[in-house]
Parts: sequence; C-alpha cells; structure tokens
Amino acid sequence: MKAGSRWGDLLSGLSAAMIIAALYLVFLYAPREATMGDVQRIFYFHVSSAWVGFFAFFVTLLAGIGYLRTGERRWDVLGFSSAEIGVTFTAMAVMSGSMWAKPTWNSWWPWQQEPRLVLVTILLLIYLAYFMLRTFVQEAEQRARFAAVYGIVAFASVPLTFMSVRWWQRLHPVVFDRQGAGLTRPMLLTFLFCLLSFTVLYFALLLHRTRLAKLADEVNELAQRLHSGWGGRT
Amino acid sequence: MIEIQGLTKSFGHIYALRGVDLQVAEGEFLTIVGPNGAGKTTFLRILATLLKPTRGFVRINGLDLAPADVEVRRQIGFVSHQPLIYSNLTVAENLRFYGRIYDVPELEQRVEALLSLVGLDGRTHSLARTLSRGMQQRLSVARSIIHEPSIMLLDEPYTGLDQQAARMLRGLLQTVSNKSHTVLMTTHNLEHALEPADRLVILSGGQIVFQAEAPTLSLAELREAYWQHTEGGRSLGPS
Amino acid sequence: MQFLNKLLAIVWKDVVAELRTKELFSSMFVFALLMIVIFSFSFDLRVERVAEVAPGVLWVTFAFAGTLELNRSLATEVEGARLDGLLLAPMERSTIYFGKMLGNLVFILAIEALMLPIFSAVFDLNLLQPGLLFTVLLGTIGFAAVGTLLSTMAVNTRAREVLLPVLLFPIILPVVLSAVKITAGMLDGQPWTDMAPWLRLLIGFDIIFATVCYMTFDYVVQG
Repeated sequence: MKAGSRWGDLLSGLSAAMIIAALYLVFLYAPREATMGDVQRIFYFHVSSAWVGFFAFFVTLLAGIGYLRTGERRWDVLGFSSAEIGVTFTAMAVMSGSMWAKPTWNSWWPWQQEPRLVLVTILLLIYLAYFMLRTFVQEAEQRARFAAVYGIVAFASVPLTFMSVRWWQRLHPVVFDRQGAGLTRPMLLTFLFCLLSFTVLYFALLLHRTRLAKLADEVNELAQRLHSGWGGRT
Repeated sequence: MIEIQGLTKSFGHIYALRGVDLQVAEGEFLTIVGPNGAGKTTFLRILATLLKPTRGFVRINGLDLAPADVEVRRQIGFVSHQPLIYSNLTVAENLRFYGRIYDVPELEQRVEALLSLVGLDGRTHSLARTLSRGMQQRLSVARSIIHEPSIMLLDEPYTGLDQQAARMLRGLLQTVSNKSHTVLMTTHNLEHALEPADRLVILSGGQIVFQAEAPTLSLAELREAYWQHTEGGRSLGPS
Repeated sequence: MQFLNKLLAIVWKDVVAELRTKELFSSMFVFALLMIVIFSFSFDLRVERVAEVAPGVLWVTFAFAGTLELNRSLATEVEGARLDGLLLAPMERSTIYFGKMLGNLVFILAIEALMLPIFSAVFDLNLLQPGLLFTVLLGTIGFAAVGTLLSTMAVNTRAREVLLPVLLFPIILPVVLSAVKITAGMLDGQPWTDMAPWLRLLIGFDIIFATVCYMTFDYVVQG
C-alpha cells in the first residue's frame, strides 16, 4: 500500500508541475499565431486531449488482449480504468475542437472541412458504446470478456474509419498525406511539451484509478464473505 | 472413464467449484445430489465443454479437455432441462440437423431408429413447438444420443415433468444407459437419485462432502446424510 | 469438407425455420418500406435532389433493417439456450460463427434484393446495375461479419435492441461511407478508377473484420 501511494504522489506532483509549466508555455511563451490569433492556442490542448483519448484506448486494447489470454481481473481493471480516463479526454477534445472550429470556420461543427473532428467524435461514440456494454452485462466475468472483445474489434475499426472520413471530401483520395506542420520552433516546443504533460497526467490518473478499483474489489470480497458467513481470509 | 483433479471454477470472486476430485469408471452410473447453488450445473457444464475450468484438469477417455475439446464432444451426450430443440423445425428435421453437425453416418436410418426408440415415430413431421413438455424431453434425449456417445451427462433431467412423463423418461434412460454407457446425473430430488445409480455423491458449496455406493444406501440413510452435510439443504462454504 | 457440411447445416436450419413462419422476413420488409415512406416525406424529394439523397437513404435503411435481422437471428438461439446445442457439437466455435454469419448474410441480402427494385421505382433511379449490386454484397458482408459477433454479445443483455446499434454503428462506419460513396459515384456515372480506393477499403474491411471477429468469437460464447 505504501509503495503504491508513493508512486501515486510522485506522478501527481510531476503532472501538476508539468501542467502548470504547459499553461505558462501555451499562454505566455508561444507566439501569437499570424492568421488566427490567440484562439489558435486551443490547438495545443485539443490535440493533446485527442492524443490521450487515442492512447488510452490503445491501452484498453492491450488490456483486453491481456484479459483474454490470462483471465486475470487486473487486466479488466486496467481496461476500464484507462477507458474512463480516455472518454473524459476525448470529450474534452471534442469540445475544444468545436471551440476552435467556430472562429476558424464559423461553424460549431465543420463536418465537411475538418474530418479529424469527426474522427474524434466517433472515438467518443465507441467509448460510450464500451461503457454501455459494461453497464448492461450483469455477470462480472462475462462483462470483462465482452468488454475485452469489443475493445479489440473497435480499435481495429479506428484506422479504417480514419481513412474513410479523411477521403470523404476529396475527389482523389490518397492513403498517405504529407502535411507541413506550419509551426515555428517555439510553437513546436510548446506543442510537444503539452503532449508530454498530458501523457504524464494520464498515467497519474490511471495509477490512482486502478488503485481505487483494486480497493473496491477488496471491499466487495470482504462484504461477500461477511454476508455468506464464511469470514476470515483465504 | 472420467478423471477430475482439483477442478475449480470461479466467476469473478465467486467460487462455484472449489477443488473437486473425482474418478468415474467406465459404465458407472453416478448421481450427484446437492442443494441449489452447490455447483452441480457448473460441474456438468465444464465436463460438457460449455465452460472452461479456472484451475484443475479434466480427462475424458484419456483426452484432456482443453486441447482436445472437439474430440471430447464427440463422446458426450448432454441432456438438461432445456430440450435444445428448434421450435419451428419438425421432429425429424431437428434430429437430422443434429445428425449432420455430429457427422452421423446413414442418417436417415438412424433418425428412424431413434424416433421409434423414444416413441415419437407418430409425430415425425410435427413441429417441435406442438409437442408436450414430456415429448420435448424425449426428443431431447434422442438428440443427445444420436451420435452414440459413450458418456451421458444429465443435468436435472426430470425438471418440469409430470409423473407420467417422468416415468417414461426413467424407462428411457434405463434403456439407454446400460452397462456400455457412463452416466453422470445431477438432481436435487433424492428419490430419483438412488434407484438407477451405482454410486452417489453429495456436492455442497462447490465441494464433494459425501460419497457412498448406492446399493448399500437406503433412502432414509441418504436423507440423513444429505441433511447432515448440507444443514437442511443450505449450501455451505468451507468449514 | 466436414466444416462445410456443418456450416451449411446451420444455414439450412435457419432458412427452413424462417420459411415456416416468415416472421423475420415480413417484419424486416415492412420496416424497410416504412423507412422509405418516412424518408420520402422528410426530404421532400424533388427530382433534382433525389440522386443526392438516395445512396444515404438506401444504406441507412439497409443498416437498420439489418440490425433487426441480427437481433432476431441470435435471439432464436439464445432463447431456450439453443446456442448450447451448437456449442456441444464436435466442431470449432468458428464454424458456428461462419454458419450464423452466412445465415445472416442470406437473410439481409434477400431483403435488399426485394428493396432495390422498390427503391428504384420510388426514386426513379436505376439501382439494379451490376457494379452497385456488387457493392451491396460487399457492404452486407462487412455488416454481417461484425454484426454477428456483436449481436452474440448484445443478445445476452436485457437491452439488446438498443445496445446492438450502439455497438455496431460506430464500427461499421467505413462500410457505410464507402458504400454510399460508391453508390453515389455509380449513379453519377463516375469512372471506376475514381471509386477504386473506396472499393479497396470496403474489401479490406471485410477481410480484416471477418478475421478479427472469427478469432474473438470463441471468447464471446465460452466462459
């Protein structure tokens, strides 16, 4: 217990420090963008949130595979903990994307012009489907198995969905697209630091969430034993 | 024959079976009794390859359950209180379907023979949903032996049957389970338990708590043992 | 060959059972008709706009009717635990998956075959071109591949009718997008080369997901 909370404290402290530093970089250090002005600063948070959203789902995928291979509860815990964090960041990405879109394209939902926003929204829908599935399956073991399988199948659909949404507006779809970042050095630095600090925050939250789930499991097991009159430890 | 060692099954942190050890000889008729929640159905379903064990191993006729499960299924016939028949297919179509997925040779003759064995030859072309519960259970037995399995697993087969239907089923099972078949039957009805059995086992709280040779046991002794080991029918945890 | 025999046995069983009652078929048919009527009124279809909306309407109708079929098809197995009957048989779980998938495919294609002439009449478009029919086939294969797996999960819950579309639709989006693009392209008379990437995406989806779903089916049916 002690070691766990030490790591937790360390990560919490680190992510807090990094987020504060990132805020400084985004609002004070990074230069004002030529065409869009200060609104462009949302970009740093939007992309970082989206990144965490996808990364978290990837972790859920790995956790799903781990559960199917071993049947151990801790993989399921990792899966849904990561998904909880992922869905939060994805929702943030959708909202920040919308806030960025309005001044940029004068539309809250530039469906035609910005396929990436569509993709992030689909990821959000997949997350919600994942949780809906977990909610409606009664039995714990079955729930873990189904969630694992859904995580795998859903993740496999993401690249294909990405491609199809991207090509939707083009006359001649291409598989790979080279796009210049259009970022100056200070902007690039800010962007990468933001990305990193969000990732550290993700891991801090993941650690806390999985610990919480483990404690909840222990409580449930004790309650079970108390209820059936068995008592004691195994 | 069936060899079971340390069979454990958990659903999350709920243990349905806690280390069951059992050996069943060829041709033996074993009855397993126990209260609800004792793990009888889980036990049988694992043997039928419908569930995977959490720990322990099961060997059926020399085949390990996990890697060889397709082969194992060929040797098992399973009857539960669900007849597993398709309501919108006729009696004959149901048997023909199962015959096909069990690779039964000379299917037509086999279906005919089975129908007369279970006394359903008058209803060959009736839709399964028009059959009474007792007739459905008879069809279920036919389905379960279509591939001539050497091992029969019966999970509370008398559930929902009236006196007459139960009598017919008992007669049918006796015909079917002569010495060339190994039979495992679960029931919570002690009267049904003794009569056809060679050996009897009481399962409670996921463990075997009592074993005896059936011919040497009277119904009264069985009731006494049952009461004692399950505290009046309540499923116990480990003491 | 045993594999094929058992696969076809499963499909045959589903077809015969359905022909007896025709419940599923008739409800899908009525549902699809209803959708056309509703869409006709909602979009206030005038001649110039029809070709623009038709591909979307077509595929939305197919997707919803298909969901209806998937739910019913698995429900008949799960009611009365009949899936156990299949699981007890000496065959790989994947045979069950492919058997059910093929059965679903047959039923959905049957409804689509019925609806295409009706759509053509209502929208005054020729939807019976070979290229389009081929696209319908490919799209339905992808739909059935993922749908069979997901309906096996959803049918175990008490919210199956709602849960299945929620699980299914985000995942089959590439299928719907590709199919709509190709359908629209064909109605516009665009050259094949323009649509080749979409076709490749559709075929890629079918192959990838038939594989992923058949590999994970085992874990869904056996605990």
